[in-house]
Amino acid sequence: MHGLADRRGHAGIRVTVESWGRYPKTAQRVISREWRDEPLAIPAGLSVLAHGMGRSYGDSCLNDGNAVISTRRLRRILEFDPAEGVLRCEAGMTLDEILDFCVPRGWFPPVTPGTRFVTVGGAAANDVHGKNHHVAGCFGNFVRAMELLRGDGSRHVLHPGQDLFRATIAGLGLTGLIDWVEFQLKPIGNRWIDVETIRMGGLDEFFALSRESEPSWEYLVAWVDTVVSPGRGLFIRGNHDTAREPSARTAGKKPALRVPFDFPSFALGRFSIGAFNELFYRKQLRRVSRQTVDYEPFFYPLDSLLEWNRLYGKAGLLQWQCLVPWAGGPEAVAALLKETHRSGQASFLTVLKTMGSKPAAGMLSFAGPGITLALDFQRGGETLKLLDRLDSIIAEVGGRLYPAKDARMSGASFREFYPKWREFEWFRDPAFSSSFWRRVTEA
Amino acid sequence: MSFANRRVLIVGATSAIAQDVARILAGRGCAMVLAGRRAERLEAVAADLRARTATAVHLLEGDLAAIDGHDKLFSRAIAAAGGLDAVIVAYGVLGDQKEAAADFARGREILDANFTSAASWVSLAANLFERQGSGHIVAIGSVAGDRGRKTNYFYGAAKGALDLFLQGVRHRLAPKGIPVLCVKPGFVDTPMTAHIPKTPMFASPAEIAQGIVAAMDSRKSVVYLPGKWRLVMFVLRNLPEFVFNKLNI
Ligand SMILES: Cc1cc2nc3c(=O)[nH]c(=O)nc-3n(C[C@H](O)[C@H](O)[C@H](O)COP(=O)(O)OP(=O)(O)OC[C@H]3O[C@@H](n4cnc5c(N)ncnc54)[C@H](O)[C@@H]3O)c2cc1C
Ligand SMILES: NC(=O)c1ccc[n+]([C@@H]2O[C@H](COP(=O)([O-])OP(=O)(O)OC[C@H]3O[C@@H](n4cnc5c(N)ncnc54)[C@H](OP(=O)(O)O)[C@@H]3O)[C@@H](O)[C@H]2O)c1
Repeated sequence: MHGLADRRGHAGIRVTVESWGRYPKTAQRVISREWRDEPLAIPAGLSVLAHGMGRSYGDSCLNDGNAVISTRRLRRILEFDPAEGVLRCEAGMTLDEILDFCVPRGWFPPVTPGTRFVTVGGAAANDVHGKNHHVAGCFGNFVRAMELLRGDGSRHVLHPGQDLFRATIAGLGLTGLIDWVEFQLKPIGNRWIDVETIRMGGLDEFFALSRESEPSWEYLVAWVDTVVSPGRGLFIRGNHDTAREPSARTAGKKPALRVPFDFPSFALGRFSIGAFNELFYRKQLRRVSRQTVDYEPFFYPLDSLLEWNRLYGKAGLLQWQCLVPWAGGPEAVAALLKETHRSGQASFLTVLKTMGSKPAAGMLSFAGPGITLALDFQRGGETLKLLDRLDSIIAEVGGRLYPAKDARMSGASFREFYPKWREFEWFRDPAFSSSFWRRVTEA
Repeated sequence: MSFANRRVLIVGATSAIAQDVARILAGRGCAMVLAGRRAERLEAVAADLRARTATAVHLLEGDLAAIDGHDKLFSRAIAAAGGLDAVIVAYGVLGDQKEAAADFARGREILDANFTSAASWVSLAANLFERQGSGHIVAIGSVAGDRGRKTNYFYGAAKGALDLFLQGVRHRLAPKGIPVLCVKPGFVDTPMTAHIPKTPMFASPAEIAQGIVAAMDSRKSVVYLPGKWRLVMFVLRNLPEFVFNKLNI
C-alpha cells in the first residue's frame, strides 16, 4: 500500500513552543511520537529533546531552533500488578491519567509534584519531589525500570544501580528518550486526606513545626508571605485518611476553569498580592484548623484553574526554587525572604519545605537534605536583578537551584551547583540537546 | 440506554480515535475484537485495555483494505468473540491529493481504502446483524465528505460515498431497529494530521471518542464531532458555487 499517506516519517511542524513559564519563547519542530516500535525521528542536522506536558517553567523542556519529540501520545499501560501496585506505563502518561486509574484501585503515586499535569517521563527526567520528600524522597527512588531509546537507535532497559539509570533520572531528557517507566505505587485506603493548617508567625515557628511534624505527618508544606510580613504564613500537614471506607472515585470529570486570556500585567502587582496574602492569612482565623479533604484540592490547588500561568501576562513568569543545606540554611532562608521583601518584588506563591535525607537516584537530582524555598514573579528587569542577588545568597551556603523551574541562572552558577555535570556529560546522548543545556554549559 | 457489555469488533483499532473508543467501551464491559495490520501495535492497545479492565480482548491481524480477505477475517472475529453485537469501522487514510490527481492509480487507492473496503466491512456487518435481528454499525466518515474541495476530493469523495452507503444500509436495517451511525469528525489531532499545523479547530481523539460513544448510546444516525462542525458544514454545503470556487480551501 505504499504511497498511501503514511506520513509518519515527516520531520515535524515548526511552531512556537512555550514552557509553563511562557518564557523564553522558542521556535522548534515538534514531532509526535505515537508508538514505541517507531524509530526515533531525528530531523537531519537538528538535535532532539523529549517534551512531555511542558510543565517545566523555564527552557529545560525546549530546544530552540531544533526539534522536540512530543510524548503525549505514548499514554498506554503496559502492565499493572494490582497485588503489588507496580505500574509499567508509557512515558507520556500523565499523573492525571495515572490517578484516574490507580486511586479507585487503592493506589497512589509514590511522589507527586504540585500539579497533576506532568508526564511520567517528565517526572523521571526532573526527578521530581513532593510534599512527602522528608519521608519518601523523589520520584526516581520509586522507579524500578525504564526503557531508554538513544539517538543511535539502541534501546536500553535500565535498572537502579546502573550508571545510565543514574544519569537518566534527573537527566533533563539529555540521555535519550524514555519510552516507558515502571514504578512502585503506594497503597491508600481511600481518596481523602486529613489536613491540619496552622497559622505561623515566622520562620522560627516554621522550623519548630517542621521538626515536630516530620515523624508523624507524611505531607508537609508551608505557604509564606513575602510582601506584608515575610516569614508569616500557613503551615500545612496531611496524612492519607484511614478512617473512611474505601470509596470509588466520583464519576465524571471535575469542572475546570480556564483562564481565557492574558491578564494585564498590573493584575498581579505588589498590592493585589499583598491583599491576597492578607486575605489568605486572615481566612485562617483559628490558629489550627482540621479538615478532611479530597486529595485533589490538597495536592493540586492550582489545577482547577487551567492555564493559570496566563494570569501573569505576556511577559511570562519566573520561578525560582532553591535548596539550601541545613548548615547555614535557616539563616539563608531568612536572608532570601528579607531580600525579596526589601526589593518590593511580589512573589505570588511562596512555598517553603524541609527536605529529607534519602539519597536521590539521579546524578543531577535537585532534591537533597535541607530546606527548599520556591518563589514566583512576573518577569521583569528588576526581578532578574533580584534573582541574581538571591543566587549569591544560596551559593554562599552551598545551595542550588532547580533546573525544572529555571530560565535564567548563569552557566557558572549551574556548574557550581551541579559539579557532577561533567560526569553527566559522558552519558549525554549526542543527538539530544536542550535550550537549557546549551545555556548553562556553553556560556 | 447506554451501550455496554456487548461484543464489539473495531476495524482499524490502532487508529488514535479508535484507541480511545476502545478504552471507553472496554471500560463498560464490552468484549473487544481489535483488527489492524500491525501485530505489535495491536498488542500495545490490547495490553492497555487488559490492564484497565477484566473484559476479553481478541486480536485480528490483517490488511483491512484488502477486500479478498474480509470474509475470513470477519468469520475469525465472530469465532473469537463468540458472536458480534457491534462493528465499528475506523481505519482510513488521508492520501496525497496531488499525487492522486496526477495518477489515478494512486487516487483509486484512496477511494478503495476509505470507501470500497469500508463498504465491504459494513456489508458483512449488515448481513450478520440482519440475520440475527440485532446489532449496531458505526463507521467514521468525515466532514470532508460533505462537499468536494480541490485540496482533498479523493478522500472527500470516498468519505461522502461512505456516508451515502451508510444511509442506504440504515434504510435497509431500520425495520429491525438496528442503528447505523456515520461519524463526521472535523480536524482531529492524530497521526493522520501530523503534518498539518494545529489550530484551535483541532479536537483531541479522546473528545471525538466520547462523542462517538455518546452517539451510540443515543442510537444516532449521523453525528458531527465536535458538534460545531454541523453548522460549519451547513454553511459550507450551502455556499453557492460562484462563491465557493473562489475559496482557497
Ligand atoms: C504548578 C506546578 C507545580 C509544580 N510543582 C512541583 C513540585 O512540587 N515538585 C517538583 O519537583 N516539580 C514541580 N513542578 C515542576 C514539574 O513537576 C516538572 O517540571 C516536571 O518535570 C514536568 O513534567 P512534564 O511532563 O511537563 O515535562 P516537560 O516539562 O515537558 O519536560 C521536563 C524535562 O523532562 C524531559 N522529558 C520529558 N519526557 C521525557 C521522556 N519521555 N524521556 C526523556 N526525557 C523526558 C524533558 O526533556 C525536560 O528536560 C511543578 C510545575 C508546575 C507547573
Ligand atoms: N484525524 C482527522 O482529522 C480526521 C478527520 C475526519 C475523519 N477522520 C477519520 O477517522 C478515522 C480514524 O483516523 P485517525 O484520525 O484516528 O488517524 P490514525 O490514527 O492515523 O488512524 C488511521 C488508522 O488506519 C489504519 N489503516 C489505514 N489503512 C489500513 C489498512 N489497509 N489496513 C489496516 N489498517 C489500516 C492505520 O493503521 P497503521 O498504523 O497500520 O497505518 C491507522 O491505525 C479515519 O477513518 C479517518 O479518515 C480523521
